[in-house]
Amino acid sequence: MTVAATSPLDAAPSTRVPAGRYRITDLMRSEWTKLRTVRSTMWTLGVTIVVGIGVSALATGETRAHWSSMSLPTRLAFDPTRVSLTPLFFCQLALGVLGVLVISAEFGTGTARATFAAAPRRVPVLVAKTIVFGLVALVVSEATAFLSFFVGQAMLTAPATHATLSTPGALRAVTGTGLYLAVISLFALGLGTILRHTAGAISAFVGVLLVLPIIIQALPGSVQNEVTRFLPARIGEVMTNPRGVPLHAFSAWPGLLLLCGYAAAALVVGGVLLVSRDA
Amino acid sequence: MLWFGDRRPPHRPNPEGTTMIEARSLSKRYKDKLAVDNLTFQVRPGVVTGFLGPNGAGKSTTMRMIMGLDAPTSGDVTVDGRHYHDLGWPLHEVGALLEAKAIHPGRSARAHLLMLAESNRIPRRRVDEVLELVGLTSVAGRRAGKFSLGMGQRLGIAGALLGDPGVLLFDEPVNGLDPDGIRWVRNLLKGLAREGRTVFVSSHLMSEMALTADEVIIIGRGRLIAQRPVGDLLDQSAQRFVRVRTPQPDILVAALDGAGATVGREDDGSLTVRGMDATAIGDLAARVQAVLHELSPQSASLEEAYMELTEESIEYHGAQPMVAAAAGGNR
Repeated sequence: MTVAATSPLDAAPSTRVPAGRYRITDLMRSEWTKLRTVRSTMWTLGVTIVVGIGVSALATGETRAHWSSMSLPTRLAFDPTRVSLTPLFFCQLALGVLGVLVISAEFGTGTARATFAAAPRRVPVLVAKTIVFGLVALVVSEATAFLSFFVGQAMLTAPATHATLSTPGALRAVTGTGLYLAVISLFALGLGTILRHTAGAISAFVGVLLVLPIIIQALPGSVQNEVTRFLPARIGEVMTNPRGVPLHAFSAWPGLLLLCGYAAAALVVGGVLLVSRDA
Repeated sequence: MLWFGDRRPPHRPNPEGTTMIEARSLSKRYKDKLAVDNLTFQVRPGVVTGFLGPNGAGKSTTMRMIMGLDAPTSGDVTVDGRHYHDLGWPLHEVGALLEAKAIHPGRSARAHLLMLAESNRIPRRRVDEVLELVGLTSVAGRRAGKFSLGMGQRLGIAGALLGDPGVLLFDEPVNGLDPDGIRWVRNLLKGLAREGRTVFVSSHLMSEMALTADEVIIIGRGRLIAQRPVGDLLDQSAQRFVRVRTPQPDILVAALDGAGATVGREDDGSLTVRGMDATAIGDLAARVQAVLHELSPQSASLEEAYMELTEESIEYHGAQPMVAAAAGGNR
């Protein structure tokens, strides 16, 4: 590779220093560029949507195929909304991985140093990241929830029962599932900020979602029932269910509020560590 | 000032007596290792200041502390009188090449520069300008992970120039560059300094600094060894001597000894004379009627001067454990 024999003096000036200091909106623009210019974003978001819709179609299609051989009680217990939304549990893994990567990849690749050289105040950087990634996650999550619901219901042709958005509880279940996915991926962002390492943070995330429930099942029944309701996975389960609240669980909105608390706590701890540790 | 155009430069060049980067008793301790030890130095605008020391001497750590990336354990460092943290538009004031490939391998060169530019409200066209400047225009859309070490360095330099800053830090900028690229970096550094900017560049190679730097700050094991102009470094070196060949060494050695010079006899029969310059030796030889076959002043290379200085620092460390312990106790 050869370089033109130009001196830096030859370049036309094009930078002027604006007044004041960099703002959160500047950082958000930068974070948006970071997010959209790496392949892992497109991969994880693509997997979220495809898996959500695909597994929903599979689950509802399966039900439709066996409808004629299902017993009456089974038919009555069948909840078309829930069956079309349950597959979204797979989506949280893909979105969670992206939530972790959004910050852990910066530390893994050294980009964090470039980022903090450009914007040395670290809390605003994390806030900008949270807002930008949170909005993207919310849009993709809600889109996935609604698309999964519609595709699932379209698969459930007569004589199988299907739901519409005006079916009692259905709209809450669909929007709630999307919200659950967005908030759990912010929790993953918080874990990534605390742990910094991609593999470690993803393991912790999967541990909280999948391993923690198994550990709690080993506890004595009474303790188990008290603890289970606090699990993110349990909160998600309630979300996908349009028909009331199962035993040993918070109802939908208080559950979501608790989940927001988890995400906020992880992000605050992450923010404190971000400021106190060397980049 | 073509480069600055119609805007006010972030730092009005004022080479006389101004200090742009100032470290005061800067120290950094990592768990069990004191990486930077009570470092005090100043970096002026308008010249290239070399930051020299063996690998592991604490150069990169010091640069990261200037940039606010690592927090000092004690002491303080400021840029233009302010902490890095308090800069309003950091990229407009300080540009840095901290380490090659501090770049997401999946992101293109242009995207990397764009995300940096946006954070400091630098217009998009400036990204293309700096890409052109470092010769990466043709590969701007390629993923940085595919870049060679040299291309990575160029991208880092492009990032440093992005905000047209008055202060520039370069950590080992010629690493991985081909001879063409090395010459280009040297000219770039000198050109930036000529424009009145502050240029602070680290290297573990004295030979490189001899060609680029006007002034050097030498550190060893985290401690300041010397801060002085490159020329002075040679003058003060004990390695300066005059080589003399004569068929009558005994007469000349006696005369030189009498005149207060230090004389060493080499295996090849030549004499190395210290403490007297060639003119005085020639005059003395004429007076005692010694025939001279060679009379050549030898100046030590900067490399030798550097080795000499860093060796001193190692001896100093070995001899002063009690002092170091006492200083640590005060912290």
